[in-house]
Amino acid sequence: MTKTEIMLTKRIIPCLDIKNGRTVKGVNFVNLIDAGDPVVLAKQYADLGADELVFLDISATLEGRKTMLEMVLKVAEQVNIPFTVGGGISSIADVDLLLKSGADKVSINSSAIKRPNLVNELAEKFGNQCVVVAIDAKQIDGEWIVHLAGGTIATELNLFDWAKEVEKRGAGEILFTSMNNDGTKAGFANEALAKLSTKLNIPIIASGGAGTVQHFIDTFKIGKSDAALAASVFHFGEIPILELKKELKENNIPVRL
Amino acid sequence: MKLVIIDYGAGNIKSIQFAFKRLGVNAVLSNNIDEIKAADKIIFPGVGEASSAMKMLKESGLDNVIPTLKQPVLGICLGMQLMCNFSEEGNTKGLGIFNVAIKKFSNAVKVPQMGWNVIYDLKSDLFTGIKEKEFMYLVHSFYAENCKEAIATTDYEIEYASALQKDNFYGTQFHPEKSGLAGEQILKNFLKL
Repeated sequence: MTKTEIMLTKRIIPCLDIKNGRTVKGVNFVNLIDAGDPVVLAKQYADLGADELVFLDISATLEGRKTMLEMVLKVAEQVNIPFTVGGGISSIADVDLLLKSGADKVSINSSAIKRPNLVNELAEKFGNQCVVVAIDAKQIDGEWIVHLAGGTIATELNLFDWAKEVEKRGAGEILFTSMNNDGTKAGFANEALAKLSTKLNIPIIASGGAGTVQHFIDTFKIGKSDAALAASVFHFGEIPILELKKELKENNIPVRL
Repeated sequence: MKLVIIDYGAGNIKSIQFAFKRLGVNAVLSNNIDEIKAADKIIFPGVGEASSAMKMLKESGLDNVIPTLKQPVLGICLGMQLMCNFSEEGNTKGLGIFNVAIKKFSNAVKVPQMGWNVIYDLKSDLFTGIKEKEFMYLVHSFYAENCKEAIATTDYEIEYASALQKDNFYGTQFHPEKSGLAGEQILKNFLKL
């Protein structure tokens, strides 16, 4: 069936990795570089035309988690666009706290693999619109294998089967990160993305590999993505969001300008 | 001016409260019927599933109170949907303020609709200073059919009512509190009604 949405725009989403209250970005999930204060960055992105924001908490400690909640409150106070919070979320109570602090959506990853019913529980309690399931997958010998724990552990799950399953369980959106592409700045995994979009009927966010404006054009046109997420190209000003959206518009991709 | 956000357990309440705070207005969260009745302006929020939200309204007796309110009331997202006659989501009766049914988007489009879409055919003081085809943030799987009470229209496979008004009751399917500066303008307009 043809997806006929024309007026709904494609979303540009800067992703901020947060550790102990500061923004960091991993290149191929290692070598962290500090790129600033998340609240200041978030407000700046909202003003510069970002459509949404994602915050991924990569703190491993309890103290880090507390700092994250404080950050979410501050972001909600100051930012007038929607944002998603992910990282270390494993229970209804975790989600309740984040949503009460002003997050619009939560993103779950490893916890959904360990206990798939969490997706059903969250969708039932909070509505599927706020449940984003993040999937890190790596193509090995032609097959897309889902990984957990920040991409460090391979599972036996196939990307497309797992995505379909979480859709059935009530996910409102999929955030797919290709580990093959992440940090390479060589473009998104458009073939896998297009396959996801064909197999599923919920929005797909493309993640991993953004390096140039053309990569964004390609992921919307070839990858059929509904949204594209990137970090370093935005944080370090390599691709200004407004310029990017203007170029997308010139290429007949609907964007909010 | 006293602004109350109805707190019945369903909602993106903090975001709405913060949005008004950015406009310099302190919004009170309340499920107290007397406090709600005494407010100058009322926000009726909601995210989640329609039939369970309706159940929560009934448990607190708010289902009988809301339709009798005389001051400006703004329903947002699920709040707006609950102000309608009926919702296909959980096949639940609504508050019956707006004479329209809530239906599910077909599978020809991705559901939920998630992101920024435009509103047009704007017909209310709620949209003073808002240009035709302004972008608003929407997240929903169900929609209000286009109807006489529509004050804004949006297109997602079909044209539907993205805002409704009847007398002192207003509803937006989109989230003004998350729709940037244009959304803030709508909240400002509501405060001036």
